[in-house]
Amino acid sequence: MAIDFGRWRGPIVVAGFLLAAYALMVVSAGAQAQDQFINALTIGAVYALIALGYTMVYGIIELINFAHGEIFMCGSFVSWWLLTTLGFTGAIGDPLVLGGVLVLTFITAMVVMGIVGVVIERVAYRPLRNAPRLAPLITAIGMSFILQNIVFVTISNSIVTIPQILPNTALTFGPIAIRQINLFVIVLALGLMVALQVFVRRTTLGRAMRSTAMDREAAQLMGVDINSTIALTFFIGSALAGAAGVVQGLYFGVTHFQIGFQAGLKAFTAAVLGGIGNTTGAAIGGFVIGFIEVLASSFGYGRWSEAAVFGTLILVLIFRPTGILGQQLADRA
Amino acid sequence: MTTTRIGLRQRLGPAREFLRGHQSLSITFGMAIAAVVLPLIVLIPPFNGFGTQKDFVGGFADAGVFVLLAIGLNVVVGLAGLLDLGYAAFFAIGAYTMAYGASGYSGLDTPFWIMIVVGAFVAAVFGLLLGAPTLRLRGDYLAIVTLGFGEIVPLVFLNADTYTNGTNGITGIAQPSLYGLAGINGFGFTNPWPYYITVLLIITIATMLVYRLQDSRLGRAWVALREDELAAASMGINTVSTKLLAFAIGASTAGLAGVFYSAKLASITPQQFEFQVSFTALAMVVLGGMGNTWGVILGAFIVYEIQSQGLHQLDAFAKSLHAPPISLGPITLDLSTINFINYQYLLFGLALVLMMLLRPEGLFPSRRRREELHEAAAEVEATAADAVSQT
Repeated sequence: MAIDFGRWRGPIVVAGFLLAAYALMVVSAGAQAQDQFINALTIGAVYALIALGYTMVYGIIELINFAHGEIFMCGSFVSWWLLTTLGFTGAIGDPLVLGGVLVLTFITAMVVMGIVGVVIERVAYRPLRNAPRLAPLITAIGMSFILQNIVFVTISNSIVTIPQILPNTALTFGPIAIRQINLFVIVLALGLMVALQVFVRRTTLGRAMRSTAMDREAAQLMGVDINSTIALTFFIGSALAGAAGVVQGLYFGVTHFQIGFQAGLKAFTAAVLGGIGNTTGAAIGGFVIGFIEVLASSFGYGRWSEAAVFGTLILVLIFRPTGILGQQLADRA
Repeated sequence: MTTTRIGLRQRLGPAREFLRGHQSLSITFGMAIAAVVLPLIVLIPPFNGFGTQKDFVGGFADAGVFVLLAIGLNVVVGLAGLLDLGYAAFFAIGAYTMAYGASGYSGLDTPFWIMIVVGAFVAAVFGLLLGAPTLRLRGDYLAIVTLGFGEIVPLVFLNADTYTNGTNGITGIAQPSLYGLAGINGFGFTNPWPYYITVLLIITIATMLVYRLQDSRLGRAWVALREDELAAASMGINTVSTKLLAFAIGASTAGLAGVFYSAKLASITPQQFEFQVSFTALAMVVLGGMGNTWGVILGAFIVYEIQSQGLHQLDAFAKSLHAPPISLGPITLDLSTINFINYQYLLFGLALVLMMLLRPEGLFPSRRRREELHEAAAEVEATAADAVSQT
């Protein structure tokens, strides 16, 4: 009757982590522990969605796509543009209209940002695929500044308010009270993650992506169209970041042309934490970062939360560059 | 045309040979010419319309800070091939070292000339501390770790307000003093000349050192590492300590620039050391030509002047035209309402991308780097040609 720990190790670790995090929140926030916990899950979901794009791109072409954080930022501006153009200012009462608007916003932001991602890959990364490693990293950082400053000069250089269309009401499940927005964000993020997993593991295109990541030349010999597979990876990754941008708008109600930089850095930390190239790891890493950030502020060190996240990044890279789930990609020179 | 060119070249042959053989001499010579010419150029139109000679000289001294940053970053990125995206952190560390060493805030009054060495040393120590564990990792991890470090350092200076005075920064930083030596007018806000001369001297020394390093055993090891890390390692080069030295030398140059910057401004805040500074320095290095020190110096100077003067003048010029707004369908183009200064980082971003795509060796390339950067493309072409000839 021995329990197969190998199989259950993952879930046990996750459950243990969540319990420990909750315990720390009870210690630091007392009665607010539950709210803090849900807040951490929500913020973590945003980071996880961004981290997925980072890890997918790194997995397939081994490039840190510095522009990825800006895709997230642009996603939030797409949702702002759409919602203000449609004339919404506050919560939408009618569930049918609300659902329709949500679907429309997410699909628009995801498609637009997906296309932007593909264009960036085509223009800035593909021509440099055989160049020295430094070259695409420099174009990536250049692209990040281009996106940021396009928004800066064309839209706004200050904080922009996004209509919060989800009603601010709480749903109660027994002892648990959760605001609609939090529940929506968490469920949506988990849904997108599961969909991504199914896509990557079960479909032909997903298999093409995995084989390209594993060995580009061999995949090409087996008939995989490398260019369109890489473009597809950029599309999916950028679409997920676009979705995260919409969530940012819905949850915080504000956006700014500079939010992409730090969010991108945090999401990259999440991707490294989970083992870069590993999509499950990136998702878990995102939630871990969410918890680190919320815990730092609930212990009264809110100003230091960013330093804590980047400190984590440096520590992980020093002591466990393969991340918590481990990946063979991060080879030591 | 061609004949006269060759003739000129032949006539200048011995001089060129001499200057090539005496690099430090030619650097000193070049810098001296620049030192005399720059303040004179601004006296002739159209430059004299943009400001007084004093303003320009002060601006050149500020440009010198960025030239120093670019020289240091070029050692890391251009010579050793390591992408450091948090370079401003070492700049900040140097600047705050100066602020602690000599200001009303700390109550100390260490001479600027000692602080230059101290600041460079402290920055180098931080470079070693950050580099030692991370330089073992592959290149792009270094980029992200330095990016994180570049974010943390200003955050620490901002948040540890008990020790750093937080967002207000440190004011009343002592200015350099010559102790009445040689009866020269002292350093002051109204007299930029001593700063101008000082920064030129620092740049001259730094350039000499970098050129000498480049031709040394260490410099050749950097090139070997940059071109092929595996081959370099198997030839017996200690990759970690070689990279670490590049990293520390780059950091110390930034520290030095920070000390000068803080002594010139007399007050510093954490906001002056954000990512934009690292990004600007990188743009300067890439535009000037990675690996080519004099190209990078020129690139830094040009980029700085575009940033501080060019865009302002363009703005003033566009407004002075009083051009009527042009209507292009839904978009109205009105020159007088465009604020060109806002476009600077957009321009730098575009410049980075376009340079890497079209001319990765920079505007003033080093021959070696150009061959290296085009080698990969040439190889691809060669294999393609091979494939064609075989069929």
